[in-house]
Amino acid sequence: MKTAIAVASLLAASPALAQHQDHGQAADPHAHHAMEAQAEQTPEQPPDVHVSHDLTEGTEIVRETEQMTPEAVEPDPHAGHGAPDEPDPHAGHRMDDAEASHDGHAMPADDPHAGHAMPDTASDTALPQSGPPPEAFSGPAHAADTIFPPQVMAEARENLRRENGAMTVGLFSVDRLEAAIGDGEDAYVWELNARHGGDIDRLWIKSEGEGAFGGSLEEIEIQALWSHAIGPFFDFQAGVRADFREGPDSAHLALGVQGLAPYMFEVDLAGFVSDDGDLTARIEAEYDQRLTQSLILQPRIEANFSAQDIPELGIGSGFSDLEAGLRLRYEIVPEFAPYIGVEWQRQFGDTADFARAAGGDPDRWVFLAGVKFWF
Amino acid sequence: MSARVTHQENQPAMNDRFDRRTVLSGAAAIGAAALLPGWARAQDHAHHRPMATTSPGVLSGERIALSIGETPFTVGGRTGHAITVNGTLPAPLIRLREGQNVRIDVTNHLDEDSSIHWHGILLPFQMDGVPGISFPGIRPHETFSYEFPIRQAGTYWYHSHSGLQEAMGHYGPIVIDPEHHDPVAYDREHILVLSDWSFMHPHRIMTRLKQSPDYFNRQQNTLFDGREMTMAQRLQWGGMRMMPSDIADVTGATYTYLINGHGPTENWTGLFEPGERVRLRIINASAMSIMNVRIPGLPMTVVNADGENVRPVTVDEFQIGVAETYDVIVTPTQPQAYTIVSESIDRSGMGRATLAPRPGMEAAVPPLRERPTLTMRDMGMGGMAMDSMDHAAMGHDMGGSGAMDHGSMDHSMRDGSVAPGVALTPGVDMIAPMPVDRTGDRGLGLDDVPHRVLVYTDLEALNRNPDPRPPSRELQIHLTGNMERYMWSFDGRRFSEQVEPIRFARDERVRVKLVNDTMMTHPIHLHGFFFELVNGHPGRHPRKHTVNVLPGGFVQFDLTADAPGDWAFHCHLMMHMHAGMFNVVTVRPLDGDAA
Repeated sequence: MKTAIAVASLLAASPALAQHQDHGQAADPHAHHAMEAQAEQTPEQPPDVHVSHDLTEGTEIVRETEQMTPEAVEPDPHAGHGAPDEPDPHAGHRMDDAEASHDGHAMPADDPHAGHAMPDTASDTALPQSGPPPEAFSGPAHAADTIFPPQVMAEARENLRRENGAMTVGLFSVDRLEAAIGDGEDAYVWELNARHGGDIDRLWIKSEGEGAFGGSLEEIEIQALWSHAIGPFFDFQAGVRADFREGPDSAHLALGVQGLAPYMFEVDLAGFVSDDGDLTARIEAEYDQRLTQSLILQPRIEANFSAQDIPELGIGSGFSDLEAGLRLRYEIVPEFAPYIGVEWQRQFGDTADFARAAGGDPDRWVFLAGVKFWF
Repeated sequence: MSARVTHQENQPAMNDRFDRRTVLSGAAAIGAAALLPGWARAQDHAHHRPMATTSPGVLSGERIALSIGETPFTVGGRTGHAITVNGTLPAPLIRLREGQNVRIDVTNHLDEDSSIHWHGILLPFQMDGVPGISFPGIRPHETFSYEFPIRQAGTYWYHSHSGLQEAMGHYGPIVIDPEHHDPVAYDREHILVLSDWSFMHPHRIMTRLKQSPDYFNRQQNTLFDGREMTMAQRLQWGGMRMMPSDIADVTGATYTYLINGHGPTENWTGLFEPGERVRLRIINASAMSIMNVRIPGLPMTVVNADGENVRPVTVDEFQIGVAETYDVIVTPTQPQAYTIVSESIDRSGMGRATLAPRPGMEAAVPPLRERPTLTMRDMGMGGMAMDSMDHAAMGHDMGGSGAMDHGSMDHSMRDGSVAPGVALTPGVDMIAPMPVDRTGDRGLGLDDVPHRVLVYTDLEALNRNPDPRPPSRELQIHLTGNMERYMWSFDGRRFSEQVEPIRFARDERVRVKLVNDTMMTHPIHLHGFFFELVNGHPGRHPRKHTVNVLPGGFVQFDLTADAPGDWAFHCHLMMHMHAGMFNVVTVRPLDGDAA
């Protein structure tokens, strides 16, 4: 079979178009070359010395009079010429179009705009931005409906509309899946985000959780949010959050903004009201600094705040805790990047006291090893 | 029809000439060649068997049949899944003659809808091939007959306008020979279809961009990258939440850049005889890749842009937006090979082909150049006081030399008062505070190259513009986006938001000003028309169907709304279109309407 195709292709092999001579080209290439322009047609012009020149030169003259921007300046005054050492009788165009040659010579002198930095734009201001005249609104709304069945066209139109701008896209992203190794229990942590929707409205699922190696899963947080673009860089997000933990589970209303702050910081600010009426807030910010195309250093902070003590969760009011981490990841492919890092985990105020009372350390450093991936 | 007859009469001569030049050079890369139409096959893969009829892969005449299907495609030793026309990538060359009529029967063998849009061709709106605007699309296993008169000449192309099929190989060239003489004289021609190929499905590319807009950028700024940016400059960009490294969304990280369906290692080769004038018809059929094109050692004389003849201008390099075409004449005088380079705008990869007097020859392939870095001019601050026309200095002067303090800049970067027509939705992350006309600018990253680079102000139509009337009104359209969310739109509204169409009265003449409020170059395409790019050559503005709008800049074009019907208007970066940078242009009244 493959052989057959190969043979067929050989048989079909063609001389291509290289030798197409079907262009009405005269036997004598010079025959039509001289510009059959009529100098007498340009009474306002002295006989133009360029009439008998090939057009490449003529063009160059135009160019020289019309240097408009610095980069158009040719260092070589002959730059517009085809290789000057081999006079080219064919020059490119035959100018047997009388009108063409007439205008070509008239141009540098006739055109008041020639040589201006902004040719023909001077008249712009005079043009009204008046919108289309009434007759532009006449006739059928859709021209093709006059030729094809309107119902069929309506379907095709709807397809076209959806095709050009209404695409929905999903993203599943595990931003952190890491082991945290330090004093005390070694832990694992995840943070994942899944989103689906269009450019403006999206459904977000966010989840974070952690547990101790060899121990139990300590906490799982899941949020389901409707996300709506409120500007070019930020989304407003609202929804619900459920926490599952060894202690009492809780449910929250969640409200926040997420997006890209100036200086390319990815930020996520959220406030939560729990079913017990507790008010908390969280801020996350991270920044990707590329060291090479594949090696990325990412500072990241997360801080939590609480409006009240929540002793059963070990949370004190005020600025309750801070995580400040530095992760160095290597994108094997953009979708998959293992990383290592360090993180300072600090609890403050009453939260720190709760931690101490529970035998924990409110101020610790951990080493991180993990992976980020998405699809 | 005489066009066809003429065409066939020329075939024998063409083949004789080919035979003199060509040798069979072994069976290398036959597998890849099998998927290429004859015109796109590297000539060292061809053989010297005389051809009985028309060259395969070239379709001519008044009746043409095309078949859309799925085909495996191999490049760089790896095989992927392509959507093709007549089984080839690129699709077959359609070669027509001005003044003829053509009927093209397109059969869709996919299991999804498909379509073909004839890019740059002036035709009745119902033949334009955009599902949902021109017609319903072509259902699976059905045939649609396109039928239209050919009213123009030049280099064009065709591609799917359904889903993201174009990004999977569904594109091919169109050449229309002029009815009478061609003012461009040449001895030989080659077509160069530039494109970008990924083994990643375009839907997945789009998904990745929505998930992580810098996913494909492997040339990001890093802490110690040695780029000429001070920490203050870096902070300033960070303060605006913008990345100066954001040049292309989809890059060489996933793309193999193709020329005529060949990857750089396959090295498509076109032949010449020293001294010949070789016309290269260059089409950027990429999905997402604006390209810098050059042939080291060989100046290129641009003679045609977007199918319309322009006065010859000789350059060493040009940036070609997606969907633009340029015809250039090169005259290699030495019996040596030349490398054709199509370098992605972000310099993450390049396409490579060779011009050579004999098959098998190669020239040095230049290394990729350094990725450009966006400047203040790209942010739409080009008109500010500090932009004292010292462009070179400015390129490295993001830090601001005291002309503006940082705080005021933050505010001015999204000031809706300078763009009253723009809805300041979350899809708009900036409004260019002082956009300038950048038609005289080289493309991104080409300011400092030490040779001649084409700028739009170099282009001057060979023929006088057909409609001498001055425009009666101006319409401003802002190109808007949000890189963080990967949203793209016109005037802050994605097409999916059921935007009001852009309305023109039939035959009215309008100046359209496209203001780029984003940090990317957008190749904007208007179906159904040529517009006259306002570039300092009144009466001879170049007529184009697609125009690159540089970041922080604007372009203006004059349009005569002489094509009644509904037409697509969009960014030709596929993913931008797909993200919403799309609208419908309506021209009323239609034929038969009461005016």
